[in-house]
Amino acid sequence: MTDALVRRPGLARLRISKDRTGRSWLYLLCLGFLGVVVLMAVLAPWISPHDPNAVDLGNALAGPSGTHPLGVDGSGRDTASRLITGARTSLLGPLGVVVFSTVAGVAVGLAAGWRGGWLDSVLSRTTELVFAFPGLLLALLIVSIYGEGLIAPVIALGIAYLPYVSRLTRSLVLAERERPYVEAYQVQGHSGLQICLRHVLPNIAPVVLAQSTINFGYALIDLAGLSFLGLGVPALTPDWGRMVFDGESAIQSGYPLSAILPCAAIVLTVVAFNVVGERWADQVARRDR
Amino acid sequence: MSTDTLQIQGLRLHLPGAARPVLAGIDLTVGERETVALVGESGSGKSLTSRSVLRLLPPGATTEGTVAVQGENVLAMDAKALRRLRTHTAAMIFQDPRAAINPLRRIGDFLTESLRLNADLPEAEATERAVRMLDAVGLGERVLGQYPGQLSGGMLQRVMIASALMGDPALILADEPTTALDVTTQAEVVGLLDDLRERFGTGLLFVTHDLGLAAAISDRVYVMYAGRIAETGPAEALFERPRHPYTAALLRSTPRLDAPQGRLAAIKGQPPSLKLELTGCPFAARCPFATQVCTEELPPHRPVPEESGRLVACHHSEKLADQLAGSATDD
Repeated sequence: MTDALVRRPGLARLRISKDRTGRSWLYLLCLGFLGVVVLMAVLAPWISPHDPNAVDLGNALAGPSGTHPLGVDGSGRDTASRLITGARTSLLGPLGVVVFSTVAGVAVGLAAGWRGGWLDSVLSRTTELVFAFPGLLLALLIVSIYGEGLIAPVIALGIAYLPYVSRLTRSLVLAERERPYVEAYQVQGHSGLQICLRHVLPNIAPVVLAQSTINFGYALIDLAGLSFLGLGVPALTPDWGRMVFDGESAIQSGYPLSAILPCAAIVLTVVAFNVVGERWADQVARRDR
Repeated sequence: MSTDTLQIQGLRLHLPGAARPVLAGIDLTVGERETVALVGESGSGKSLTSRSVLRLLPPGATTEGTVAVQGENVLAMDAKALRRLRTHTAAMIFQDPRAAINPLRRIGDFLTESLRLNADLPEAEATERAVRMLDAVGLGERVLGQYPGQLSGGMLQRVMIASALMGDPALILADEPTTALDVTTQAEVVGLLDDLRERFGTGLLFVTHDLGLAAAISDRVYVMYAGRIAETGPAEALFERPRHPYTAALLRSTPRLDAPQGRLAAIKGQPPSLKLELTGCPFAARCPFATQVCTEELPPHRPVPEESGRLVACHHSEKLADQLAGSATDD
């Protein structure tokens, strides 16, 4: 079961991540970090010290100071405020991708695995076709058609991530439907749909959700990448990927802080999501079935 | 004969990739309130036979013949009638209760779900019935809120039996219900099954490879070999005076407490592979009494003279009667 996940970076397997008692401090650290980030995003309007879009060109590229603890960027906007407010779009985007890909992917995988036959062939081949397109390329395509904004890249990446979820779901369903309790429900007069939705789905859900957590991290990177290319969120919206893009000129002027901080935020959040997701997946796999 | 709870006539079942039918013309009846045992070694088709009663067939299987439960042909039913049959008329008890009960659901959910969803029974009534059935199998109400992992194997098999009784079925199919249990629990479960069959007036088809168990619980016995019924008859007569060399050999290979010490007589060879086509008697290759006719001609089912209700499929049955009887009882 451990290997059921389609994409797993293997961070939670690092030996250094466990102390002598077997408790994983890395996992707890990551969980705590994610808690802080989410809290930040939720409370952003109340805790950000400045208006994230207030431009103060006279003060551009200033270093950390009392009023601007993390400095300002090339347009004189407060980096701390933009980081905090940016957490909202930076988390909301991947959330949309994960929700979309999980719901649609589970539906497709469930139908393919449960029904089998021609439906399985059609669905599996169609979703595998999506593998042929790199996710970012698909997103670029859709954004270039529908224009920038959060919705288009989220849907594009949702489609790009769908095959990972549907393939995992399908393989889990195939294994699950062979288990005797499914037959036992059949002979009690339950219809296939009832068994599938009421029993098989809850039994495979933990593994799928663990994969979705890991996908969250990847989606965050992809969306930040799109923003960096100027194709994600609109120019003025605070967003970590966008901040890296805006900070490019600051790096060239020798003031890298406004670009490095959002980079760090992205990397740390992604790593944290991966560690937490993998840990959950491992716990599910170890569960006595 | 239309009053029979279960009537299987000429059931043949083909699987893709098999050179001969996995079931080759099964005739079997279970009367009202009757216990019938179906015995045979692994791969003889006994489980498939019992599963076909609920049309729980392996993918790709094709069938001929009829399987009638209370006069209705299961093999020709539409999906709705089939679900009604499975909810109300016939129930199955599986070999391994731990595998056959969804580990994520409480026992109460498991027991009542079928009635709530498929018979539109209000939850309170379904729960009340579940409590009564649990009581009938000797379990308390407390079990309702527990998870399968919290119960022992024997208790779970009782839950399984209770769930089989939930729909008030006319027929219970028990597919080696005691194989996964230890011996003392086995005796309890078998006694319970027999008890409940009497009390609720259901027919019972008991699939097993344990001859002693079959003899103890059943009114009539069918002995299966390679997808065919080798011999059938009332339990006592069949085990005392086997008329088919296979039955006799099976009896000889069963350990007995009262028999003299010594090595058990194993049946030489293997059951015929499904990849082979068979002409003649399927047991011929392993039968010590086989002659030319056995390998060439399929023995028809013939009544045993002077014994009612007995059929045997052996060319030499009459000739061998004394020999077989002697070897079986070992006295």
